[in-house]
Amino acid sequence: MDFLRPSTLEEALAAKSAHPDAVPIMGGTDVMVELNFDKHRPGALIDLTRVPELARWGPDGDGVRLGAGVPYTRIIAELGEHAPALAQASRSVASPQIRNRGTVGGNLGGASPAGESHPVLLATDAEVELASVRGTRRVPAREFYLGLRRTARQDDELITAVLLPRPAGPQHFSKIGTRNAMVIAVANFSLALDADKRTVGTGLGSVAPTPIRAEEAEEFLAGEFDWDGGAVLDEAVVRRFGELVSSVARPIDDQRGSADYRRHAVGVMARRALSWSVTDYRKSLQDPRGDARCA
Amino acid sequence: MRVTFTVNGEQVSADDVWAGESLLYVLRERLGLPGSKNACEQGECGSCTVYLDGVTACSCMVAAGQAEGCEVRTVEGLADNRGEGDEKRLGTVQEAFVEMGAVQCGFCTPGLLVQTDDLISRTVGAGRGVPEDAEIREALAGNLCRCTGYEKIIDAVRVAAERESAKAGGAA
Ligand SMILES: Cc1cc2nc3c(=O)[nH]c(=O)nc-3n(C[C@H](O)[C@H](O)[C@H](O)COP(=O)(O)OP(=O)(O)OC[C@H]3O[C@@H](n4cnc5c(N)ncnc54)[C@H](O)[C@@H]3O)c2cc1C
Ligand code: FES
Ligand code: FES
Repeated sequence: MDFLRPSTLEEALAAKSAHPDAVPIMGGTDVMVELNFDKHRPGALIDLTRVPELARWGPDGDGVRLGAGVPYTRIIAELGEHAPALAQASRSVASPQIRNRGTVGGNLGGASPAGESHPVLLATDAEVELASVRGTRRVPAREFYLGLRRTARQDDELITAVLLPRPAGPQHFSKIGTRNAMVIAVANFSLALDADKRTVGTGLGSVAPTPIRAEEAEEFLAGEFDWDGGAVLDEAVVRRFGELVSSVARPIDDQRGSADYRRHAVGVMARRALSWSVTDYRKSLQDPRGDARCA
Repeated sequence: MRVTFTVNGEQVSADDVWAGESLLYVLRERLGLPGSKNACEQGECGSCTVYLDGVTACSCMVAAGQAEGCEVRTVEGLADNRGEGDEKRLGTVQEAFVEMGAVQCGFCTPGLLVQTDDLISRTVGAGRGVPEDAEIREALAGNLCRCTGYEKIIDAVRVAAERESAKAGGAA
């Protein structure tokens, strides 16, 4: 097994193109588990931690371009205003030691249906930047997850960044697990309201072979939400929203939870995220300067 | 491959390192530093926690080649800091763990010491004062202990933080 150590993005892309089977390693928090237990022995590892471009974030148009190799700890510390739901999701990942190393790029590379960043990227309509020696392209997160751990990334491509649109309304993330730390989600959920476009985004994790959206629930809520006044929603609307979210789940029974529980839990999380979002939205109308929309 | 990095201030090299080998394995089996423990090899227990370029990480989750040129500090380096000649004195955190009965079998201890050292430098060391219990628990959430039930560990962390804080106050 070879250990390749590119120090520029160009070298990294050339290495991936020359060895499409080589396994990129960033934080290593997924890759090393496989290697330590000899589940998988690739021909080569490509260490991406030396590629400076991947470890940076900065403005991109209205939003933020987050390098694929920025660890969760930095997302929490530095991106709370630019990407509130992603920062919340990052806080819920594993433990401090894992968050110091683990990255969104690695989360997308493994594409576990339970991964914490996926519901947020779906709900906020983020894009995934993929690069190869052939060029760079941006794929909407909503088109990135194709099947169980299967994504739009081609074998010769690396994930270089995610593009996070400027928050234009409340965003929330929540996760259910058996402990407050160190758990793979039984189910997770993200909600993002876009007050400019008057649209709603959702993302559900651990309830289907891939992270998914609840499109009918999004459309329903976009129509019912009081975008001008932020009026508290009817109990029936909140309940219906939760039901529509639950209805798209196609969960399985496993050691972490039953399918029925997951379907139920994701509906409860959806209702809670909605009530937090209404509260945030009302606050932002009263005090527009304290609003995420202006952040 | 050969991997060269700094451990506890000293430059070291290991030869014939297999590409998929972990930093933990290199520290324990090739460099004679068995302080960091191997209990799970899957990032779950924190007993292999070390500083890697100033940030704590599970060394079982780091490929040895990723440490090339980096600065690693292990539990062995916590005492070194305060060494006087050949006499290595324990650090504040280590002393507090011994005094408060936070050590039983000791397997989890090295990881907890490094993680606690980091917590104290990010709180007391950064002028933020002694961390609340909730912050202590969150900082140690990735360190499992099968013996103590954690209460004595939390006590030891609090005592160590208070002593460091008193020292900082005294110096100021
Ligand atoms: C104890 C423990 C607890 C965990 N808890 C959680 C949790 O609560 N929530 C959660 O979501 N995850 C969790 N994980 C999983 C893991 O930490 C995350 O998926 C993390 O985001 C992986 O990032 P990484 O940089 O460490 O990835 P790596 O392990 O370096 O890589 C992961 C995968 O992505 C590929 N890859 C990495 N970078 C790129 C790139 N730039 N381009 C293309 N492919 C790439 C790798 O080849 C590999 O297949 C946990 C892991 C451990 C060990
Ligand atoms: S041995 Fe590394 S976390 Fe358990
Ligand atoms: S003292 Fe035995 S595992 Fe913690």
